[in-house]
Amino acid sequence: MKGRIEDYRDPRLTDELLRDIREAAGRISSRTVSLMEVCGTHTMAIARYGIRSLLPDNLKLLSGPGCPVCVTPAGYVDAAVLLSRDPGVTVVTFGDLMRVPGSDSSLTSAKASGADIRVAYSPSYAIELARQHPHRKIVFLAIGFETTAPSLAWSILQAKENGLENLSFLSACKLIPPALHALASSEEVKIDGLICPGHVSAIIGTSPYAEIVRRYRIPCAVSGFEPVDVLLSVLLLCRQIAGGEARVDIEYSRSVREEGNRKALSLLQQAFEPADSAWRGLGTIPVSGLKIRPAFSAHDAEAVFGVDVPLGKDNPACRCGDVLRGVISPPECPLFRTRCSPLTPVGACMVSSEGACAAFYKYYQLEQKKGSRPHGD
Amino acid sequence: MAIESDRILIAHGGGGTAMQELVREIFVPAFNNQFLEPLQDSAVIEELAEDRLAFTTDAYVVRPLFFPGGDIGRLAVSGTVNDLAMAGARPLYISLSVIIEEGFPVEQLRAIAHSISATAEEARVKVVTGDTKVVEKGAADGIFISTAGIGVIETDLEICSDRADDGDAVIVSGYLGDHGIAVMSKREGMDFTSEVRSDVAPLAGLVQEILDADIEIHVLRDPTRGGAAAALNEIAQSSEVGIRLHAAKIPVRPEVLSACDILGLDPLYVANEGKLIALCPLDHARKLLALMRKHPLGANAAIIGEVTSEWLGHVIMETEIGGTRIVEMPYGEQLPRIC
Amino acid sequence: MCLAVPARVLEIHGDEGTVEWQGTKVQANFCLLDDVSPGDYVLIHAGFAIQKYQPEEAQELMELWRKVSEGAD
Repeated sequence: MKGRIEDYRDPRLTDELLRDIREAAGRISSRTVSLMEVCGTHTMAIARYGIRSLLPDNLKLLSGPGCPVCVTPAGYVDAAVLLSRDPGVTVVTFGDLMRVPGSDSSLTSAKASGADIRVAYSPSYAIELARQHPHRKIVFLAIGFETTAPSLAWSILQAKENGLENLSFLSACKLIPPALHALASSEEVKIDGLICPGHVSAIIGTSPYAEIVRRYRIPCAVSGFEPVDVLLSVLLLCRQIAGGEARVDIEYSRSVREEGNRKALSLLQQAFEPADSAWRGLGTIPVSGLKIRPAFSAHDAEAVFGVDVPLGKDNPACRCGDVLRGVISPPECPLFRTRCSPLTPVGACMVSSEGACAAFYKYYQLEQKKGSRPHGD
Repeated sequence: MAIESDRILIAHGGGGTAMQELVREIFVPAFNNQFLEPLQDSAVIEELAEDRLAFTTDAYVVRPLFFPGGDIGRLAVSGTVNDLAMAGARPLYISLSVIIEEGFPVEQLRAIAHSISATAEEARVKVVTGDTKVVEKGAADGIFISTAGIGVIETDLEICSDRADDGDAVIVSGYLGDHGIAVMSKREGMDFTSEVRSDVAPLAGLVQEILDADIEIHVLRDPTRGGAAAALNEIAQSSEVGIRLHAAKIPVRPEVLSACDILGLDPLYVANEGKLIALCPLDHARKLLALMRKHPLGANAAIIGEVTSEWLGHVIMETEIGGTRIVEMPYGEQLPRIC
Repeated sequence: MCLAVPARVLEIHGDEGTVEWQGTKVQANFCLLDDVSPGDYVLIHAGFAIQKYQPEEAQELMELWRKVSEGAD
């Protein structure tokens, strides 16, 4: 194949891969194999191409805590909404955050009530706004994993270098490897293989996964996002499992280098320091988030506005943590389809349209109408 | 030229000479006809001899007002005409109500009026009555346009969202997602440049040809906000049928696909303003497709799926790699994402 | 959470430039990379080029697949 994008979506290649997967999965005897991805973009890609509906019955794809929207605590949304109520503040955010429920409001609701909240494709827009409107306070909602954090770091550095006193960032960046350790070291969690996030890996490289393999003997495959990528990664993991092996296979070699992007990591470390962080549904994971360094506190919205980002009130009956860890499936949560639904989401797993519970909900409805076994998980 | 100011003033909405000036200088020359000319409170119209009339109303609030391929004026006429055409009607008359913000540039108003006029002529409709209001600066975002439209239904066919039948072919008249991407490419905060132009166009002519061709049409819908996904879900729900789409058959321009890839959007949910979805029995589908393809607004028409008796009330899709996914009803506006 | 596309660099001046992905052009920030030239491919995420992209690795991918399939016997 030539490596054009359409090649990675070629049904002839995916058909062959599926044949190989069926064969490999068959060799793992008839027990269920659970493979977890930890990237919202993987969740979306798997849903978009209907990959679950094509895999053999004993292969389960779990959707872990890889969506920054999903794992952002309600308290962060509350803090953002509070800031937006200041008439002198313009809040700039990625679209993903707009509908995430806070304790009792959301950015969409705040906007409807008159707050100046703008959706941007890039943090560069916040810098532009800060330059154009020196008398307005611009706050950028800095969420994301290691894929986005270096760009945010650069933006913070720019704010300081260019004396953009009216620009600040509310950080909720999180780190993937600590979350992987939390999952892997949990006794309740049964993950037979990890589909590692390709674009996070473009930044952090592959050595963090070598550590996961070393400590927990969980097979890893660093995966791209096209159907051929995902299916090849699934195949690589099945082969490792069938052979009783555990290593890091790099499927996404066209974007991932072992050493990652050193320049990006260096920029990240200049603006941010590691800190404990609260993950919606998972609780606090030590040293799993990024805090803006004191040297840049003039651009840290928490310092500038004196806001604390509280944990927020998660519904005590919410079992998102267990769903995200793969311990229970969505219907086993007492709130599923009763209090919690896509239109009225309670927890993270229902917030994202492709989150574990939202996805299950869609397919559950479908199978009720069709009257046959679910394709959805 | 009697308008002195280059910006709209509150006085222009005041009902006095300033408003008369505005109407005479801008609106009347743009779309004068025998029904508008008397400039009375109501237009007295003729030619409605049929048993069935179609009547619609709409409001237009698009931002930005001028976008690649069109503007709010063209959008207002096309949207109204298309609503009537989707009922199987021949659109005849439109009313036009504008709410203008104080300070709005007169030149832009002129351009919008001209666009309305040109589109009305293209659609063979007349703007017969109107209203003008001016509100204080800040009370409106430039200009809002509200319309109502009347058309006559000359066909015996019952064309409605609840008429889909098991086995019907689902046909779309051309490329999906052009309008939404064109408009988004001009919004602040979206740093991408695209050659994509809005498809905004009145479809009455295409629909007329379809109706004249003795094809059993069950449903006509124009997939505007919420994209084809919203329109198809509405049909599936109204008719209590299932709809199965085939991803490989859905026409989307590469430039629209790439913009969607970058922003994390799904073309099925992106707005269109010059497309229609038609459902008809499978044995009429080839004829319908051939007819549509001969018309400039249907040149890229394609059969994208079929109605089924499974998955009632839902739309599912066979993906490019043979998997199955649900195409659910959108909740609200699709927003660009990083995840 | 990593929506990124492999775009071709059209022009680059210092840290700024333009890339193209299948007909759509994006203003890109290259502060995270060194030694980027027009004609190179980069991953674009939120308007930033986050890593170089090597389309020729397609061959490696096919090799990887072949090895895995052969190992199945």
